[in-house]
Amino acid sequence: MKIVVCIKQVPDTTNVRINPETNTLMREGVESIINPFDMYALEEGIRLKEQHGGTVIALSMGPPQVESALREAISLGVDEVILLSDRAFAGADTLATAYTLARGIKKIGKVDVILMGRQAIDGDTGQVGPGVAENLGLPHVTEIRKIEQIDEDGTIVVERLLEDGYVRLKSKLPILLTVVKEINEPRLPSLKGKMAAKKAEIQSWNHEDIDLDPQRIGLTGSPTQVMKIFTPPKPSGGKIFEGDVHKAVTDLLAELRSAGIPIGQQKEEG
Amino acid sequence: MAEPIQIIGDKCVGCGLCIKVCAYDAVSLVDKKAVLNERCTVCGACVSACKYDAILIERRPFKGQDVENYSGICLFAEHRGGALSSVVYEIIGAARELKASLDKKISAVLLGDKVRDMAEELVSYGVDEVWMMEDPSIGDFNEEIQADLVAKILLDKKPEIFLGGGTIIGRSLLPRVAAKILTGLTADCTELTIDGENRLLRQTRPAFGGNIMATILCNSHRPQMATVRHKVMKAAEPLQGHEGQIQEVSYPILKPRVEVLEFVPEQTDTVNLADADFIVSGGRGLKDPKNFALIEELAKAIGGAVGASRAAVDAGWIPYSHQVGQTGKTVNPTIYVACGISGAIQHLAGMKSSDIIIAINNDPSAPIFNVAHFGIVGSLFDVVPELVKQIQG
Amino acid sequence: MNYFLTEEQEMIRDLAAKIAKEKVAPVALEYDEKGTFPWDIVELLAKADLFRVFVPEEYDGLGGGIMEMSLVVEELSKACGGIALAYAASGLGTIPIILFGSEEQKKKYLPRLAAGEILAAFALTEPEAGSDAAAVKTKAVPDGDEYVLNGTKQWITNGGEAFIYTVIALTDPTRGPRGASAVLVEKDTPGFEFGKKEDKMGIRASVTRELIFNDCKVPKTNLLGREGAGFLVAMKTFDQSRPGVAAQALGIAQGALDKAVAYSRERKQFGKPISAFQGVQFMLADMATQVEAARALTYAAARTIDAGARNVSRVSAMAKVFASDTAMRVTTDAVQIYGGYGYMKEYPMEKLMRDAKITQIYEGTNQIQREVIGLQLIKESLQKKE
Repeated sequence: MKIVVCIKQVPDTTNVRINPETNTLMREGVESIINPFDMYALEEGIRLKEQHGGTVIALSMGPPQVESALREAISLGVDEVILLSDRAFAGADTLATAYTLARGIKKIGKVDVILMGRQAIDGDTGQVGPGVAENLGLPHVTEIRKIEQIDEDGTIVVERLLEDGYVRLKSKLPILLTVVKEINEPRLPSLKGKMAAKKAEIQSWNHEDIDLDPQRIGLTGSPTQVMKIFTPPKPSGGKIFEGDVHKAVTDLLAELRSAGIPIGQQKEEG
Repeated sequence: MAEPIQIIGDKCVGCGLCIKVCAYDAVSLVDKKAVLNERCTVCGACVSACKYDAILIERRPFKGQDVENYSGICLFAEHRGGALSSVVYEIIGAARELKASLDKKISAVLLGDKVRDMAEELVSYGVDEVWMMEDPSIGDFNEEIQADLVAKILLDKKPEIFLGGGTIIGRSLLPRVAAKILTGLTADCTELTIDGENRLLRQTRPAFGGNIMATILCNSHRPQMATVRHKVMKAAEPLQGHEGQIQEVSYPILKPRVEVLEFVPEQTDTVNLADADFIVSGGRGLKDPKNFALIEELAKAIGGAVGASRAAVDAGWIPYSHQVGQTGKTVNPTIYVACGISGAIQHLAGMKSSDIIIAINNDPSAPIFNVAHFGIVGSLFDVVPELVKQIQG
Repeated sequence: MNYFLTEEQEMIRDLAAKIAKEKVAPVALEYDEKGTFPWDIVELLAKADLFRVFVPEEYDGLGGGIMEMSLVVEELSKACGGIALAYAASGLGTIPIILFGSEEQKKKYLPRLAAGEILAAFALTEPEAGSDAAAVKTKAVPDGDEYVLNGTKQWITNGGEAFIYTVIALTDPTRGPRGASAVLVEKDTPGFEFGKKEDKMGIRASVTRELIFNDCKVPKTNLLGREGAGFLVAMKTFDQSRPGVAAQALGIAQGALDKAVAYSRERKQFGKPISAFQGVQFMLADMATQVEAARALTYAAARTIDAGARNVSRVSAMAKVFASDTAMRVTTDAVQIYGGYGYMKEYPMEKLMRDAKITQIYEGTNQIQREVIGLQLIKESLQKKE
């Protein structure tokens, strides 16, 4: 079985703080990590290989420092890693990213399962997975909380998380799946794995190594543009509501929602 | 290839603000000028932050659709079990405001089995045209088939804007559509407005785990697509006497490659306190163990875990595993709701790093109000049920 | 302070630290309360290859030595000295096989120990033979091509959980201590049973049991080293394992120190955090200095052993005695800084003081260590005399 896990290196946004005075992101001490959801995808990929045999390949698109994320993937037990790195890939929105990853996977060849985390914790879009599937002409299912089984004939049964429960779906390989944290408990790296990771040679492909349309990659391939980035107004401390209960609750909820605070957002993972 | 992002040396004053906002450690000061290194992901945060317009991103995206041919505001009418998903009403609300700015028609794409009643409902809420395809073989949970149909409809009907819900389905469906049509999609928008000058859809949404907000434009590709974050925008009310068209459309349906076996509804399961993004805690103010049911209800309504103060645990009202505080668990949720908890130092030690603290207590001088970002002074027996009611909508 | 670790040593230390922080710390109090053996942590350590760090490469190890083992023990002990002991005691039980095992014995047990598949234990202490180790009575009487073991060993760490035991017993009771040999005994050998699990003051996640031998027969091929070399095996083993105990004490002390510093900044009395008071600052300063000195001694001892020095007894005894005395001092002071909260079982500090005490007692009491050091000094002085 050939398994490709797409991973992204992201800043650890759970540790990011806003400087209250300048209202800017404070990036001191914010590490680069493998996107947490992708760790679950890596674990699932390695488990599938342990169960069914085959190879696990970790694939990532990004600047050269993303090598460290791929080395980490090796220390966990993936067989091969590929870095898609080129200035021409930079500035890609989800459309261009999905296109580039798909072309990279196409170059890898016949793949049975493509895995990735449900979303990256910097972009928070969750759009790349379905985009890659569309580019490759494969079926996809998002929010997988369990791969129940894969049969010899390539039939796969999965459990997909929904807001109000889950649904069991059946399909056939090849398929693309995005995974949620319920799916497994990621393993720790082993020393042997870390030593292998240190020595490993990282394969890197630029835009010339892959068969692609240069118009569809990087900034050029991105229909969406970021116009502005700002820090959301943090609600000023200690707003107290009193009096009529119904009104107080209404006002509180309105205040929360207009500040973008996700109260009542079911199953939002951060 | 030209550098996608550049610092204009003449304009740069070396203030270093770009360095502070860069989450990728890609900027440094060399001879008092900002310099980018290879770690740059072209995210654009520095461009926004620079007060001197010294950083430029060259944007020349590939050729898009003919913008003049696209008109109207379209939305995806997500539904399940014979009813429109609640997010659809929020999208309609947003669409109606966009209509006010753009003065264009609102349309909806409605696919599935026996959906005519919902089509009529859409019209009653202000949708001018429903493009409906009724077919029993368009089932739930098959985004591949739906994306194919949606794309075909959008290519035929050419709305300039297409909106969907930021639900599990929406976030799976719309990206596939966008990749088919080759247009831009912005996820999880909390605000949608029309730019006064260029009449483009301004899509604002949180990123970096909610630490920043980004406003996105899709200049030269159509439709401008966006998913709308659930439970942020106000749901529309029915539009009295509104009339609209229900147009039946038909396209060949792809052979399904994903089959639904069964849907399993959620059972109440214990949510892990340490990992929880939302926590509702109860304290001495609950007065009786059975009142923890209120806490559980509110927790369920916001999708969170149940916590407790030491007082409640010591009184035997709830097991120690729920205790938050110096001798219990330290938690770090996005939202922490403290109900009937006075706010002793030992409790605060376990939860004060929560992003948002909401306190409900009938004692206005309770210390918890000193650390709470929001509070309601009142009886939790009145406030909590009201909160549950309004959140569940 | 920079101890100039190699890249590999840093890798080992960082992985152990990660496991300590993410996996051990969250369950430490629970294991202390329940006193059950931390098998799931042991499995994690095994999967991470941490049992390989002190086993030679030809037996599936990573080829490191006492320094590497000490780094792991120290990091784990920062989170829980009791859980760390499951690992450290297996190390103690593995050392005699590495030092004295025949090729067959090494091939049979070391790969499995390196994989963390099985654990080891070392059995010397008896009810009447503690510091006076020479007073052991357990017999391993030769009978044809077997040894027949009879007797009891007391307070054996990992007793009942480990698979392979190095037992010091008298193969020739007529020769006194010179008649003692080291014999390998596997769990589930008929005639080999375990007593009850001891209920201890501290390191309660570590399991301690009596070993009971009742006509237990083992093949003569289980002899480790030569007949009569039992105490040589024991002494050489302890020479090498002492830095491990020192590392455990060091980790416990560091953990206590870190908590005390953090607490002193949060706890406010008289309108300010108690860290603002010189009295507290001086206490913390002394604690930190002693911990650092203990660390330097421990690493020096470990490196000296790994460098193949012939006589390591003095330096390893110094490391053990200083680190354990430091741990007791530091944890006592840390409880003091915590004040009333330090005394309450609800807070994590009192456990550290309970855990520290044993490090002054086992693997040679600190009194015995001082004797070792004293005798060595005199010996060295005699040798220097012109």
